[in-house]
Amino acid sequence: MSTAIQTHTKTIISAIFDDDDVMLKAVKRVRGKGFYIREAYTPFPVHGLDHAMGLKPTNIGTAAFFYGLLGLSLAIWLTYYTMIHDWPMNIGGKPSFTWGKNMPAFVPVMFELTVFFAAHLMVWTFFIINGLYPGRKPINPDPRTTDDKFMIEIEANGNENDLIELLKNEGAIEINKKEEETNGNHH
Amino acid sequence: MNFTLSPRLKNIGIVLLVVGIISLMYSFFMADYGHHAGHDSTHEAVHAAGHEDHSAHNRPWAALMVNTFFFLAIALGSLFFLAIQYAAQAGWSAGIKRVMESIAGFLPIPAAVMFIIVIAGVVLHKHHIWHWTAEGISDPNHPNYDAIIAGKTAYLNTPFFLIRTTVYLIGWYMFFYFLKKNSIIGESSGNWEWWKKNWRISAGFLVFFAITSSTSAWDWIMSIDTHWFSTLFGWYVFATMFVTAVTVLTLVVLYLKAENYLEWVNENHLHDLGKFMFAFSIFWTYLWFSQYMLIWYSNIPEEVTYFMPRYTIYKLPFLTMLALNFVFPILVIMSRTAKRIGGFIVIAGVSILVGHWLDVFNMIMPGTVGENYGFGIAEIGIFLGYVGAFILVVGRNLAKAPLLMKNHPMLIESKHHHI
Repeated sequence: MSTAIQTHTKTIISAIFDDDDVMLKAVKRVRGKGFYIREAYTPFPVHGLDHAMGLKPTNIGTAAFFYGLLGLSLAIWLTYYTMIHDWPMNIGGKPSFTWGKNMPAFVPVMFELTVFFAAHLMVWTFFIINGLYPGRKPINPDPRTTDDKFMIEIEANGNENDLIELLKNEGAIEINKKEEETNGNHH
Repeated sequence: MNFTLSPRLKNIGIVLLVVGIISLMYSFFMADYGHHAGHDSTHEAVHAAGHEDHSAHNRPWAALMVNTFFFLAIALGSLFFLAIQYAAQAGWSAGIKRVMESIAGFLPIPAAVMFIIVIAGVVLHKHHIWHWTAEGISDPNHPNYDAIIAGKTAYLNTPFFLIRTTVYLIGWYMFFYFLKKNSIIGESSGNWEWWKKNWRISAGFLVFFAITSSTSAWDWIMSIDTHWFSTLFGWYVFATMFVTAVTVLTLVVLYLKAENYLEWVNENHLHDLGKFMFAFSIFWTYLWFSQYMLIWYSNIPEEVTYFMPRYTIYKLPFLTMLALNFVFPILVIMSRTAKRIGGFIVIAGVSILVGHWLDVFNMIMPGTVGENYGFGIAEIGIFLGYVGAFILVVGRNLAKAPLLMKNHPMLIESKHHHI
């Protein structure tokens, strides 16, 4: 097909704040007016920001449960295979050669591998989902947000003057505008 | 706003208390628990052979002791939790401190009964819950002589035992008395002096409790199986105490919420209480298993005697307790969502309470009544009586002081608690 990909430009307004409480209030107000806040950059985690931005709660807890279950299963298999099946071990006068009757001795292994798998796989999952890997180019648009400033990026759809006025009233110390090219099919 | 105990709950409390008193009288004066005369090898593994078997007639006393200790644990655990809040200067809990204080105020009743049990055992010899109190046990010329127990008389002797019991009970009560007194002063105080005083008293209590929680567990419970000892027994009993108290606290808070009190408490506070229930269920299991596994693994006769009766004649309550105290609460309140919903907390809470009652049962019964155990009028009836007394006393405590400590320095923080 010969349909050319349409290019649109999207206006992004970024506002900088010097206080997390002021920013949090601004986020609530700006969202309340129907604007879409696409990202926030802060030097430290701001309590309640995810909720104020309308982000979905993470499912990493559920993932951790299944990672733990995987670790537990592996520990049961490991203790069974090495201690009972492949080379039965008689330790401490407990030669029952069944996994069940030796189970209390395997609990530490089961516990450790459950924790190990849950913790490690959770961290790796977090890195992968967030695209954090060595050598990744930083996407942070303003290095001041790693020090003492807070920045939010809002998509303006033709009503940028209202938005800028609103942000000024909400206590933004600096407001910038940039145009971004996007493939047309998106909003 | 002050709490008022609803007439309905008050009537339930009175009925339960009457049931409890009747059960107590029945089990002490009328019930025939049978004079067990047969040879019971497991029992003899616990007790030294060669003296009279008291296990049957210990039963009403042992049943009273199980319930007394269980409710003492609730009151004492609450006092401990309250002291932690003051000492750590915790903000989130300021709105429920009065509830902790009211539950801790139940302390005098189980403490008084515990004192009666101790006097009846070591002075009047009405029962033989503590095997080391048997006549002539440290006398080499007596048929009851037991060399191992004789070696422990420097610690386990009647005067010292009485002194220790008195110090624990009066000491705990004094700390409670001053914490309560200062918090009432705080109701009409223009400054935070009362709170600073409570902070110091709490720090002192925590030191006192760190020692006495262990030693009281050795004295009252571990010395039942006099030959046996475990170095972490005190912490294990403490874990039972704490998780039971936090669970009761949570259930009382939920009840008050359901009755439209405590409007400053929301699902965030419930979430934190749920975390305590969850975490200390795991903590209890960790200590229980640390004790069990080492004994099971090393398999030394003087140590495994403790678990032999518990894994044979007590197998059902023993395994039920493990499921109720560990498996069930872990699975029910693991997720964040479950901890914020009253229904899940209640399900897990009931499981924890039944489980830890059985845990106390398993600590006390095998060494006192052996195979003559049961869940009859003595055990269940006295439990119900304590529930009735708990409702009436804690209801009265809650009604006597405002539910909100309005001059608490961390009240605003507690109201805005958000997790």
